Amino acid sequence: MTLSARFRPRGGLSLWLGATLVAVLIAAAVLSIIWTPYPPTAIDIPHKLAPPSHAHWFGTDNLGRDVASQILAGSRVSILVGVIAVGIGLAFGIVLGLIAAFSKGLVEDGLMKLSDFMFAFPALLLAIMLTSTFGPGVVNAIIAIGVYNVPIIAKLTRATANGVLSREYALAARAAGRGPIAIAVDHVLPNIAPALIVQATIQFAIAILAEAALSYLGLGAQPPQTSWGKMLADAQNVLYNAPRLALYPGIAIALSVLGLNLLGDGLRDALDPKLKARS
Amino acid sequence: MLLYVGQRVALFVATLLIASMVVFAVMQILPGDAAQTMLGPTATPEAVAALSHKLGLDLPAPIRYVRWIGGAMHGDLGLSYAYGSPIGPLIASSLAVSAPLALMAMVLAAVIGLAAGVYAADRRGRAGDAIVMGFSQIGIAVPNFWLAILLVLVFAVTLRLVPAGGFPGWRDPARAIAALILPAIALGVVQAAIVTRVTRSAVIEALNEDFMRTARAKGVSRRAALWRHALPNALTPILTIMGLQFANLIAGAIVVENVFVLPGLGRLMLQSISNRDTLVVENGVMLLALIVIGLNFIVDIACAAIDPRLRASAA
Repeated sequence: MTLSARFRPRGGLSLWLGATLVAVLIAAAVLSIIWTPYPPTAIDIPHKLAPPSHAHWFGTDNLGRDVASQILAGSRVSILVGVIAVGIGLAFGIVLGLIAAFSKGLVEDGLMKLSDFMFAFPALLLAIMLTSTFGPGVVNAIIAIGVYNVPIIAKLTRATANGVLSREYALAARAAGRGPIAIAVDHVLPNIAPALIVQATIQFAIAILAEAALSYLGLGAQPPQTSWGKMLADAQNVLYNAPRLALYPGIAIALSVLGLNLLGDGLRDALDPKLKARS
Repeated sequence: MLLYVGQRVALFVATLLIASMVVFAVMQILPGDAAQTMLGPTATPEAVAALSHKLGLDLPAPIRYVRWIGGAMHGDLGLSYAYGSPIGPLIASSLAVSAPLALMAMVLAAVIGLAAGVYAADRRGRAGDAIVMGFSQIGIAVPNFWLAILLVLVFAVTLRLVPAGGFPGWRDPARAIAALILPAIALGVVQAAIVTRVTRSAVIEALNEDFMRTARAKGVSRRAALWRHALPNALTPILTIMGLQFANLIAGAIVVENVFVLPGLGRLMLQSISNRDTLVVENGVMLLALIVIGLNFIVDIACAAIDPRLRASAA
């Protein structure tokens, strides 16, 4: 393969549109750490429910808080939840999946049955159970969503790792006396990384949706933290007076999730052309 | 087939048992004493101990577990700590809202998803396909509770066609169904987007099979070949995904019921969580697990009935 062929942009529109949306999301989160037009939680009752203007781009909410600032700050919570929840899923899922792939037999069966069982519990249900046990809050929401990611990553790791382990180079490494950890690090992980990256992107999108739903229900981010889901819950209370307040956070969530899903699709096409033919 | 069904039944029962143990175990970690919660913070330790004894809360966990499962088999789910009433009827009345809602949403998702998916597969690579797939990407990205709020905004606040929320009860079936239409759309559209994608790729796969060429060569029209040969052969993956998605649909219902203030299972669960009404949460989660696991069991059997190869591979 020549250099130019390797760097030809593949993945098409999905990849680039997705990458752009995700870049905007990350930029918003980074920007919000150093600057927002107003402090996102600053209450200003005299200017409550102000329409969009030069001073307040998206207007203000029922407590006079600047909506644009809240949207920016909300992106931080979404990214934080996504990164940590997917991180938990990857950390435990890859280890469990590799153990299953290398051990075979009872251990493999047991681990996979456990994964199947956990599939029956959607992220949201698990999160509701956990928050009912340990109380509402972002940390518990992250743990719940992370736990939901573990079996998904574990199943994918096992399936793809089994494919690698049956290849000649893996068999040769084994015959040469290399241990399972060395084989996993040198041969399995680099080869299954593309599939894991694609899945992680999609789980990131699911994490953002789950966090928004939990915060909307009051089980996720707690005041004074700002979250898009919580903004929607607040907006619903003034739906008759200021319907536009229900638009901004929803658009922010939808664009973030759309960006991540498109990026995942695009990456899959770019990293693994074999999969493209199938889907 | 009988052997396959037997295997599936055994797996179903085993999964349910494990599920019940997990739910029970998680609920044991819950901080706070149910008896204390019922009596309030001013109760004397003696009163709390007496109530604990009366409720059987002072028994060892394994015995309480067996009592819980034994009671559930007889339809006795215990008393709600917060309402003081039996949990069975409490859950039954919430199901009278949630079950029709979930059913309406699923039917909507199936009708839209199958039609759009077959259409996109038929037009593969053309403008129609791209438009349908674009919409399905958006459908997956939109949070169902936001769609619910938007529907309220348009149809209840602006057009005043339907009520913005609440449930009139089944004594007036027409109004009851009217109250469930918007929630069902909010839930169903997201599912429809997923069903569309699965249907499209499954039908495209079936279209490439030899039997499709044979059917066309025998003079079957394109349309008939598509609906009568390609779709039935694509049905197994579609059904499987729909079964798995049902769990997400139920979880979504918890949030959407909240938007529309429907007295369904989701609201009951949320209220019970904030009331620390553990026994209701325990039974509610178990019921959801039962529905999800049960539905996937039915899907497995249905798939085996449609596709004999699945039976052979299991035996």
